[in-house]
Amino acid sequence: MEMPAPSPAILAKKARLVERLSAVLPVDAVIHEEREIKAYECDALTAYKCPPLCAVLPASTEEVAAVLKICHDMEVPVVPRGSGTSLAGGALPTADSVILGVARMNAVLETNYDDRYIRVQTGRTNLSVTGAVEEHDFFYAPDPSSQLACAIAGNIAMNSGGAHCLKYGVTTNNLMGVRMVQMDGTILDIGGAHLDAAGYDLLGIICGSEGQMGVVTEATLRILRKPEGARPVLMGFDSNEVAGACVSDIIKAGVLPVAIEFMDRPVIRATEAFAGAGYPDCEALLIVEVEGSEAEIDEQLGLILQIARKHNPVELRESTSADESARIWLGRKSAFGAMGQINDYMCLDGTIPVSSLPMVLKRIGELSKQYGLDVGNVFHAGDGNMHPLILFDANKEGDLELCEAMGADILRLCVEAGGCLTGEHGVGIEKRDLMTAQFAPEDLEIQMKVKDVFDPKWLLNPAKVFPLASSEGRRAA
Amino acid sequence: MIEPTSERALADAVRDARGPLKIRGGGTRPIGNPVTGEVLSTAKLSGITLYEPGALTIVAQAGTPLAEIEAALAKENQRLPFEPMDHRTLLGTDGEPTIGGIVAANVSGPRRIQAGACRDSLIGVRFVDGAGTAIKNGGRVMKNVTGYDLVKLLAGSYGTLGVISEVSFKLLPGIAARAVLTVAGQDVAASVVTMSKALGSPFEVSGAAYANGRTVLRIEGFADSIAYRTEKLKDLLEDDGAVSVETDPANVAAIWAGIGDVTDFKGGDEDIWRISVKPSDAPALVAALGDARTMLDWGGGLIWVACKAGTNLRAIAPEIAGHRTLIRASDATKTALGCFHPEPAPVQAINAGLRSKFDPRGILNPGLMG
Repeated sequence: MEMPAPSPAILAKKARLVERLSAVLPVDAVIHEEREIKAYECDALTAYKCPPLCAVLPASTEEVAAVLKICHDMEVPVVPRGSGTSLAGGALPTADSVILGVARMNAVLETNYDDRYIRVQTGRTNLSVTGAVEEHDFFYAPDPSSQLACAIAGNIAMNSGGAHCLKYGVTTNNLMGVRMVQMDGTILDIGGAHLDAAGYDLLGIICGSEGQMGVVTEATLRILRKPEGARPVLMGFDSNEVAGACVSDIIKAGVLPVAIEFMDRPVIRATEAFAGAGYPDCEALLIVEVEGSEAEIDEQLGLILQIARKHNPVELRESTSADESARIWLGRKSAFGAMGQINDYMCLDGTIPVSSLPMVLKRIGELSKQYGLDVGNVFHAGDGNMHPLILFDANKEGDLELCEAMGADILRLCVEAGGCLTGEHGVGIEKRDLMTAQFAPEDLEIQMKVKDVFDPKWLLNPAKVFPLASSEGRRAA
Repeated sequence: MIEPTSERALADAVRDARGPLKIRGGGTRPIGNPVTGEVLSTAKLSGITLYEPGALTIVAQAGTPLAEIEAALAKENQRLPFEPMDHRTLLGTDGEPTIGGIVAANVSGPRRIQAGACRDSLIGVRFVDGAGTAIKNGGRVMKNVTGYDLVKLLAGSYGTLGVISEVSFKLLPGIAARAVLTVAGQDVAASVVTMSKALGSPFEVSGAAYANGRTVLRIEGFADSIAYRTEKLKDLLEDDGAVSVETDPANVAAIWAGIGDVTDFKGGDEDIWRISVKPSDAPALVAALGDARTMLDWGGGLIWVACKAGTNLRAIAPEIAGHRTLIRASDATKTALGCFHPEPAPVQAINAGLRSKFDPRGILNPGLMG
């Protein structure tokens, strides 16, 4: 992936910039020594690294505003950063940018169980939001795989999803309000503890804007009461097509599981070798989970199992205890780690209409042969959000480029099938130059005009989301 | 009146417009400040483009009647999740509600508290901006974070940012059975406590409203589950008052249509306001409203008010956060008070900026949202 060349004029301002930032922040909140800023040179897309000019760790909305005002004055680009878990390079800096990390802002500001919301600073991790309300049997629904580490700020920037969004929706469906600082230092409050927007749904466009419209410092999030219970069932099938048809039939039958997860043979084998969850050796595996009281779960699973049996499963395993449930989920939850044991991998995130599942899986298999790279598929089948994992060797010359080329082909395939490039990880730098496969120039132009409104100088995370060629005139301006 | 029959014709009509356009779907929801201009109707952009029951998604042209969509979904035992309100009784309008109109006004119903608003189920839009350019955003898949989410921005923009030509939704399975629990003899404060208790329970309450001294709670799902949750909720609410249960489908439907469509407030010469607050603020606000008639939905988070014509409800207890929209009033009152809640200056600046980018000539429903 190409990144814009750093501006020599900005690089030359470093000393003055650090001096001005140090005047508004505590001394330990401005990181500018060469060996220290290395910690901020990349996010979870580790193939790309570049140390920033400096990094700042403000502790309040007001400090964020002061930082942004200075950078705005000096025309220095700013890259906001949550916990740095982006798989898309959303927090990758350029050499002439300031990393603005929100990690020090992690407080719970307010919890309200009667009105069912929590207000937090956005450096707080996803899982610790649920942690803050758990003793009252409440939870925060979006559950990205990285939830132990990822910050709410990043969840909002990428509109993160998770395994349970078939029932509970993604971040944008659970976000009620934000306090946000614009690039010029203006502090805005949008939404709050009430529902829906008074006028335009600005919350809806801020969520998922990949840190390009402002720095969100506080968020009001919907919290929900935990269900009485949940139980998964494991189903093995002898082809991807049959598993895909079973997913479709479950959905059509009128039950709505909270999760339908799909794994293909390469992933099943890898997770068995890694975690030993006791999965059957078959072509495709589904984990279907439903929620409710014991009786409600029995009723829903009864219907689901009846549908599954029509598809001649090679295995049907209903959990009868918490321990068995944990074992059913064990393989799925360790899938990425298991694939990582085999080799380096690149995790894609395209979404397709559920009906295209068998066709797309077949084509991915063909591409795998063509490129000579192994692929495992593990994904959220209920909503068509695929996560093909392409294995490659980062130490082998040319393998990363080969892997990226194959990834691009898979994502184009997702778009051709009626889907999209990214379902929950975001565009970042990773899918930036593929945007033209999904969007016509006018579709991208109107999106860039929205950024023009929020950040006229294009200083916030400027080299992301849009193909560099499309945004060039704006970034230079 | 201009009635394009294709998106291309719609784009041409907008591009060639010489003056302001008044955008119309089915014309059943005349919400917003008065607009003068040539009527541009989307009624002839009609028909379901794609429906995949196995993927829980539907795509339809903007002018498709809601009734046509609901009939197609019912055949497959599916539904739109957000239970859009029908404004015809409340506003005294007739005509055919269209799916594009529902999106343009982000119309939801009582199930908003459980299933989200229209914008939460909307996964794709096609629209024509004020320059006459056809644009797409989102698509037909449930999870999509590719680029900015203009889908949400277009929902509830009342035709002021673009003329919607096609919309896509994610769907939910149909509902097998329903029950309504009624708690009689409560005042507003007691009702909000009851509703918060029910909505904060694990029993999946899909409607919580208060009208005429009664709190009504709705649960939906499979029959055995309804019976189970009914008992659990009765136990939970035993200190709140006598609980009666209605499970007859016709009666349940009638109770909720009345609430969702606010039929108690039909006719008359009062103004109608729609107020969004956090539920626990509702009792104080209702008390401050004095003699005005009120009805609560969304567990107290949505307050419908019928009050003396010309009253500026925003001047009453202004410290209570949220927003207050004037839904029904004379044109003079709408113009004097503005239908949409005034926003802080920096938000206004962003809104004005967006309008200037999406509609540089200012011809799409100019002034409707202020």
